[in-house]
Amino acid sequence: MEKIIRGKAFVLGDNIDTDQIIPAEHLVYSLSDPEESKKYGRFALSGVPLKDSGLPDGGIPFIEGENYQSKYNIIIAGSNFGCGSSREHAPFALQVAGVKVIVAESYARIFFRNCVDGGFAIPYETPIKLNDKIKTNDELEIDLTNNKLKNISTGSEYNLKPLGDILPIIEAGNIFEYARQNNMI
Amino acid sequence: MGMTITEKILAKASGRRRVEPGENIWLNVDVLMTHDVCGPPTIEIWKREFGDKAKIWDKKKVVIFPDHYIFTKNPQANRNVNILREFASEYDLPNYYDVGTERYKGVCHIALAEEGYNLPGTVLFGTDSHTCTSGAFGMFSTGVGNTDAAFILGTGKIWEKVPESMKFIFEGQMPDYLTAKDLILQVLGDITTEGGTYRALEFDGEAIFSLEMDERMTLTNMAIEAGAMNGIIKADELTEKYVRERTDAPYEIFESDPDANYREIFRYDVSKIEPLVAKPHSPDNRDTVRNVQGTKLTKCYIGSCTGGKLRDFINAAKIIFGHQVKVPTFIVPASTYVAKQLEVETINGITLKEIFEKAGCVIAQSSCAACLGGPSDTVGRATDGEVIISTTNRNFPGRMGSKKSEVYLASPYTVAASAITGVITDPREFL
Repeated sequence: MEKIIRGKAFVLGDNIDTDQIIPAEHLVYSLSDPEESKKYGRFALSGVPLKDSGLPDGGIPFIEGENYQSKYNIIIAGSNFGCGSSREHAPFALQVAGVKVIVAESYARIFFRNCVDGGFAIPYETPIKLNDKIKTNDELEIDLTNNKLKNISTGSEYNLKPLGDILPIIEAGNIFEYARQNNMI
Repeated sequence: MGMTITEKILAKASGRRRVEPGENIWLNVDVLMTHDVCGPPTIEIWKREFGDKAKIWDKKKVVIFPDHYIFTKNPQANRNVNILREFASEYDLPNYYDVGTERYKGVCHIALAEEGYNLPGTVLFGTDSHTCTSGAFGMFSTGVGNTDAAFILGTGKIWEKVPESMKFIFEGQMPDYLTAKDLILQVLGDITTEGGTYRALEFDGEAIFSLEMDERMTLTNMAIEAGAMNGIIKADELTEKYVRERTDAPYEIFESDPDANYREIFRYDVSKIEPLVAKPHSPDNRDTVRNVQGTKLTKCYIGSCTGGKLRDFINAAKIIFGHQVKVPTFIVPASTYVAKQLEVETINGITLKEIFEKAGCVIAQSSCAACLGGPSDTVGRATDGEVIISTTNRNFPGRMGSKKSEVYLASPYTVAASAITGVITDPREFL
């Protein structure tokens, strides 16, 4: 597992549900076909109303044009990120688009589990609201060893909540690797 | 310290005498349910991870209902149903309910109840957030993603964090204009869409136990809209009767101890609750129907696991009887059983189906349909600029199709009253 992750921030609001992360009409594509599954990246976060996409100003699409990868690989969001349906296509879409870490005040349970057990992205929680302090396009550095987020663009540094019980699953890669390492399967 | 019903069921499923909220425990799963959207990726992950050794832990415990994208020309959606069909045939699965056959059931959560898979005291996981619906039968049920489902498919086990419980006690007699939908919208407005995150919502009180199973399922169905892990109502005589009419399988009835610990307890007098809506764009954006009365509509929608059960259509038909709808109104029975009952149940000697047809409603085939938008040819799908009132469960931006549409969530009574006026209307005007 990488211990330092650097990248550009994409900032979102509260209650970003899975229909905004990947609208239901796109759930038909294969998740295993290397070409077809790129469509999940192409439509990642396409359900977010444009005015709320890329805060504080909005109006920034997460994916440009016909690309399937985003130039943003760290999501900064408010509370209850990933609420709504159980679709694992949501964290998968973010992974295909290149997202490595999500930093939110809180998560919906199923989305959180999917991120961890499927090994799609690291879901960090923050003790304080950060989506009003970090701007889309800020350069960030996340230190997984010390659970710190540094905003290189502004020099500010923030603590992240330790990953706790789920860290061994994240370190293993996903729940299957974890179970194999522990002779459970 | 006593335990809640949820803690007792989880203790049993983990082979322990007691469990505490916050503990991560491994559970033995009684039933795994999946459908056409999440089934194919679950199967792929299971094959990839278990390889040549891939074995289904217990074929009798795997239940597959194609239900989401069924009546569509979308080739990829149809491919997904084919993947389920081939999987069921390759592994000779007894509990697959194929499209285009007599076995086709429709929406999974309602079909689970109808087919006798919901058993008090058991543990059910499903690849769908509304799996919490089954909690109406005094059991633990919750949604998971494809990876977790693939893990269960191969092992019959999964880890879960024991949830804290919140209790909602509804006292009094249900007024004739009120439904379970109004009760859950009341709760969502009070605790918000994250007020139940990682928690169990337990419903109790005289008003709850006066409700039929269809109505109880509306309450537990929308527990996920508060972010909850599960919703639960202890089993009573009505539950047992419903279950026994469908299966001989064993079950065990649990109930919360009087000294069980709750994070919070809410008490309501149902006589003081009036018809409610959730305004765009969140299920917790509660208001009274009175306050939004007169909002001009382009469409009305009655369907889904939340609002497409037989009781929902009986309620809607009571109001629509003898009227014409003023805006396009879609009737989407959750299951094929419900669809058949529309031709059997009558009001004043006229079947529900005739009542809806004479009023000018569109009756669609059983499936999830436009509740979650779906492929572009989905019946009832929201288009740009629409204002819809619906008996479904979510009104986040774009949930029912276009993100340039607005959706109000309400009870079947309120949606029916609004259908015959073309504007949001308090059902008490027609009851």
